[in-house]
Amino acid sequence: MSGAPPNILEVDKLITSFETDRGLIRAVDQVSFAVPEGKTLGIVGESGCGKSVTAMSIVRLLPQPSGKILGGRVMFKGRDLVHASDAEIRRIRGGEIGVIFQEPMAALNPVHRIGRQVAEVFRLHKKISQRDAWDAATEMLHLVRIPAPEKRMLDYPHHLSGGMRQRIVIALALACRPSLVIADEPTTALDVTVQAQILDLMARLQSEMNMSMILITHDLGVIAETCDEVVVMYAGRVVERAAAEELFAHPLHAYTRGLLNSIATLETPSKSILNTIPGMVASLADHTHGCRFCQRMGRASADSRQRPGYAEVSPGHWVETCPECYQP
Amino acid sequence: MTAPPLLSVSQLRVHFPLRGGVLRHQTGAVRAVDGVSLDIAAGETLGLVGESGCGKSTLGKAVVRLLKPTSGSIHFGATDITQSSQRALRPLRRDFQMIFQDPAESLDPRMSVRAIIEEPFIIHGLGSRAQRVTWVDALLDRVGLPSSAAERYAFEFSGGQRQRIGIARALALKPKLIVCDEPVSALDVSIQSQILNLLVELQQDFGLSYLFIAHDLSVVKHVSDRVAVMYLGKIVELATAETIYRDPRHAYTKALLAAIPSPDPRSKRPKILLEGDVPSPIDPPAGSAFGHRMNHPLYQESVGLDLALREIAPGHWVAADPCCLTAEDWEMLRTGQRSD
Repeated sequence: MSGAPPNILEVDKLITSFETDRGLIRAVDQVSFAVPEGKTLGIVGESGCGKSVTAMSIVRLLPQPSGKILGGRVMFKGRDLVHASDAEIRRIRGGEIGVIFQEPMAALNPVHRIGRQVAEVFRLHKKISQRDAWDAATEMLHLVRIPAPEKRMLDYPHHLSGGMRQRIVIALALACRPSLVIADEPTTALDVTVQAQILDLMARLQSEMNMSMILITHDLGVIAETCDEVVVMYAGRVVERAAAEELFAHPLHAYTRGLLNSIATLETPSKSILNTIPGMVASLADHTHGCRFCQRMGRASADSRQRPGYAEVSPGHWVETCPECYQP
Repeated sequence: MTAPPLLSVSQLRVHFPLRGGVLRHQTGAVRAVDGVSLDIAAGETLGLVGESGCGKSTLGKAVVRLLKPTSGSIHFGATDITQSSQRALRPLRRDFQMIFQDPAESLDPRMSVRAIIEEPFIIHGLGSRAQRVTWVDALLDRVGLPSSAAERYAFEFSGGQRQRIGIARALALKPKLIVCDEPVSALDVSIQSQILNLLVELQQDFGLSYLFIAHDLSVVKHVSDRVAVMYLGKIVELATAETIYRDPRHAYTKALLAAIPSPDPRSKRPKILLEGDVPSPIDPPAGSAFGHRMNHPLYQESVGLDLALREIAPGHWVAADPCCLTAEDWEMLRTGQRSD
């Protein structure tokens, strides 16, 4: 594999837990994956599967004091972020790693003008003059294709539409030219037409700036259109991991197959009965051993076994080897 | 069209007044629904799609008279319900029901599931206590919930199960029409398909009609017989689901379809990227609203034209808008021909 780009990020057996009324629950359970330089890795799964917690663990933005990383490594450019100092992680977050959240209104301060918020990133990370920071911020708005950026710099977030706000959040995340961007459901709150604009913008900026990206979404369509590699998560576990084309062509795990079969697409015949996955995503507290998807399927064997391991079935294609959920 | 439609809406307008100044004079209006005509036949699903802010939810609420129309008419069967008082509507409300996007918000947290589903019977004075117990159990069973669910509270259930409770309540009075406003968009992918299957089965069992409002075009295509595409308070295209997806004529429909991400990495469908957002319904453009967004060179020409729907092929209606049609289609509509 000499032609393959080196990995910018390697997550290895990451374990993240939350302290709750019902005891310690593992929201992320031995998750491993890698992001090659310049590529996009998608993390897909239903709500509560641990995809956002995984992302927040990487940049150490877990809710405090309940969230804790209990094990594993997050290697970013040779440094282990799990054990980095708070000062170091603050420098990296917003600097070398940019973060984009689902709800742009939550990421923007409603009482400050757009210009001040974008310029602040430059002031914090680059130690440049106010005037230079303002110019750099205007340039950033131009880069994310906001019309008349000089005027928009003086607007407040509520003046802008959802799509424009998400562009501002992207401008904030990309201001310091990060080498890795983590986007958590960046288009879920947007209309399809605006979603297409934002995805197109992100793809163009990614190739212009040679960034790597982690894209978190529940939308398999978005994954198929934007990602090079995909991680499928269920109840805190990675159940399958492969190159995007490989995953959609040869899904191996029962959960991945279930997800792919259950979506209505433009090609499914009208009013036909869709395939379903019975039940709902398991509560993490209830299940500390065995295969979590077996539990959802109501298989009696669910409780009796150890957590399944992983096998590399073909180069780069990993699957959790529960004998019920994956039959070679 | 031999049988009269179950629901018939004609030139419906719903405008919300904007007030300003000390005396709260009306200074303008939000033209949320601005001249919509449509029919729904018995047993039919009409899908309604469009971006947020296009007026689709307002239209849905107006047809079941949760909102008062500004002008136009709504006929339910042979009855004109456009201006009926709430008292006059009450007996008719048995026939049309609504399912909302967020079942958590539409189910009273202080009522047990039994009380929620039973309430419509009590309001309409139906059945004895014992009968109502049987009816509620039967409804729960029909929507796939155990009868033990009846004594619990709605918040104890997951999103998908709460939507089932909402559906059970809507079904209670054996309605003829259910307006479904984004019924699955708050649900996880694997739960969406469960609810869609349930809605399709119930329609076949009870001969229900649906007005199915959603922004997800794949979902709408899946459940609908015909689809109406709405843009800025107006319907711009209306045809059978198959036709809309196979042969869209309006530029906005084409753009919406092209924007859906396909769950197949090998499919490389052409992308049409729309610039800008839906314009404000407070001060809509005088001519073609979509042409205005696209900065179309023919926009000036469209000002003053009648942009109403015309039948371009049998059963396929499209706004007669020079900015949004191919030159060929526009010529055909302008000269009053039809492609058959």
